[in-house]
Amino acid sequence: MPDIIFRDGSIRQNQWNVVQRPENGEALDIPTQQRVLIPADLWVENRERFIGNDDVGAWLDSHDEPEILADYVNDLPMIAVNFPKFSDGRGYSSARLLRERFGFKNELRAIGDVLLDQLQFMKRCGFDTYELRPDKDIRKAARCLNFFSQGYQAATDTDLPLFRRRAS
Amino acid sequence: MYVYDEHDRQMAVERVAQFRDQTERALAGELAEDEFLPLRLQNGLYVQRLAPMLRICVPYGMLRSVQLRRLARITRDYDKGYAHFTTRQNIQLNWPNLEDVPDILAELAEVEMHSNQTSGNCIRNTTTDQFSGVQSDELTDPRPYCEIIRQWSTFHPEFAYLPRKFKVAVNASEKTDRAAIQVHDIGLQIVRNEAGELGFRVHVGGGLGRTPMVAPVIREFLPELDLLTYLESVLRVYNRYGRRDNKFKARIKILVKALTPEGFAEKVEAEWAHIKDSPSRLTPEAIDRIKSYFTEPAYAILDNATELLAQQRFENRGFDQWLKYNVDVHKKPGYAIVSLTMKKTGTPPGDVTDRQLEQIADLADEYSFGEVRVTHEQNVVLADVRQDRLLELWQEIVPMGFGTANLNMLTDIICCPGGDFCALANAKSIPVADAIQRRFDNLEFLYDLGEIDLNISGCMNACGHHHVGNIGVLGVDKKGEEFYQVSLGGASQHDATIGKILGPSFARDDMPDVIAKIIDVYVNKRTEEESFLDTYRRVGIDPFKERVYA
Ligand code: SF4
Repeated sequence: MPDIIFRDGSIRQNQWNVVQRPENGEALDIPTQQRVLIPADLWVENRERFIGNDDVGAWLDSHDEPEILADYVNDLPMIAVNFPKFSDGRGYSSARLLRERFGFKNELRAIGDVLLDQLQFMKRCGFDTYELRPDKDIRKAARCLNFFSQGYQAATDTDLPLFRRRAS
Repeated sequence: MYVYDEHDRQMAVERVAQFRDQTERALAGELAEDEFLPLRLQNGLYVQRLAPMLRICVPYGMLRSVQLRRLARITRDYDKGYAHFTTRQNIQLNWPNLEDVPDILAELAEVEMHSNQTSGNCIRNTTTDQFSGVQSDELTDPRPYCEIIRQWSTFHPEFAYLPRKFKVAVNASEKTDRAAIQVHDIGLQIVRNEAGELGFRVHVGGGLGRTPMVAPVIREFLPELDLLTYLESVLRVYNRYGRRDNKFKARIKILVKALTPEGFAEKVEAEWAHIKDSPSRLTPEAIDRIKSYFTEPAYAILDNATELLAQQRFENRGFDQWLKYNVDVHKKPGYAIVSLTMKKTGTPPGDVTDRQLEQIADLADEYSFGEVRVTHEQNVVLADVRQDRLLELWQEIVPMGFGTANLNMLTDIICCPGGDFCALANAKSIPVADAIQRRFDNLEFLYDLGEIDLNISGCMNACGHHHVGNIGVLGVDKKGEEFYQVSLGGASQHDATIGKILGPSFARDDMPDVIAKIIDVYVNKRTEEESFLDTYRRVGIDPFKERVYA
């Protein structure tokens, strides 16, 4: 499995497998002895089975509403948000809602078409880890995460917009 | 005018370093074409028919003389010695080299300029009335709010990959709307409520392009401190629910229409309820801080120079006309607002040479406290000129080509770059503007016609705002040939209206005749006091149709 990037730019081993949505009619096949992320709605449907299991997290697709996880966020060890195409920006809103509205405290991961130049935005919106698309150079991640020393707006990383920081 | 503090400066420098790094990776083949695309677009760089174009941001149209001089130098060092004022109050370079762009951006950053978010699917430059701060009928100066929005929208982490581009405009005058806010994604009209508090009437979902729409009101009164949290709510609803499957249905206007304005407003209000009282809510101190940059310049205490001007006008007919058409009333006695027209026949509308940029800078320093404003009609405004120096100024600008007294007249054409420069164009637009300007070269006749907005776009993207021109011209492609569709009755101010299509389109060579016939109908049908638009509204489109297609 490719490594993953942590928000400080460090590189870690990935322990989580993304389980794709089963085809129509097929049962969800969860590999055992692995940590897995399953489609969020299926996690919700089968939550009695999963709550308390720190090896099963959930992933949201870009068109999924994070609201479906609102009542359970902290029952999940990890939530991943999929970027089917890097230019699909819905995941940024999903991340902020999970963090700032629903109070998700555990690991939030970006998966899918994750490239280097979007990492800075992901970080500000509350993602902790990033599964970089394998053809991209993971060694450049730290640099791309840190081009900016601050931002104008509040986001998940700081609730103080610059106009409040300027005042103090 | 706003001046950067250490935070702004730092982020500007960081942005240049980032784009330098991105450009190097693109040139080294580490970024695929489609991966580099949004990065360069959000730095103002897009590839046009002939070469890359760099769209430089002029926040709400304000420029200082040092910035104009720097722009002049950049066009000389990196380009072919001229630049183009766009219909969004920005400035465009037509021929930069991709490799040079980071250096150009570094030079811009030194004078507090940038090209952030001037293109791409993000929040673009906020625009406003070019007479902000100097006209007497505005509730308050809208520019501080534009600056507040600029800062909030710059590098916003959640909204860098919207379904489509997003434009905000602010207007503070009750009588006029030079910013055309109702054809923007968000239009903010500054108002006072019954309690006398300042706030905004919020319009969402206007726009031109393929599906032109006048923006409905989604909130009658938004208190000023709530500006950013409310904008954030609108953007979040749009980012989450705007269509991403079809580029032509991706603007917010389509979402507003699909949900209905009421339904859309409800969603925004629900979102807003959560973040309304977050620390992103503005504070009076934050607003005051920004306002402190937009204080009045050191005006002299003067009386209106009425007698002097009357005498000068009497002695000089050309000056008289220029004063009548290109000079506006200033809120301070003894001062005037001067529009320099960049519409000399024979020059594409909005084009300026490096030398002219420097001349404008000199004029700004000499006559107007070192500042100018760029207008969406592609002209330049000297906002604070002493009335007793108007004659002197006029004598100086006529030889420079800025003194054509055709402001808001038929030949003060808004025109996009069109097929000469733009890869998306169906047809050329500049030669049409030129042919019309040549046909109507008699100023007396133009004055007699009064104000007529003639707007030309080279394609459906409507950069020339053709839908809201009293006369709109749109380039269309018919089996590989360039044709022009004409619409009538568009308006962009408080009475914003989308023009009606006259009928089948015309060949380019016919365009001056077609316009002449339209003008003819107006001249025959008008009553004494009627403008072109008034007559059109009274008589409808049929008489025009009959004459043009006779
Ligand atoms: S209206 Fe069309 S042709 Fe004109 S500048 Fe815009 S995209 Fe290009």
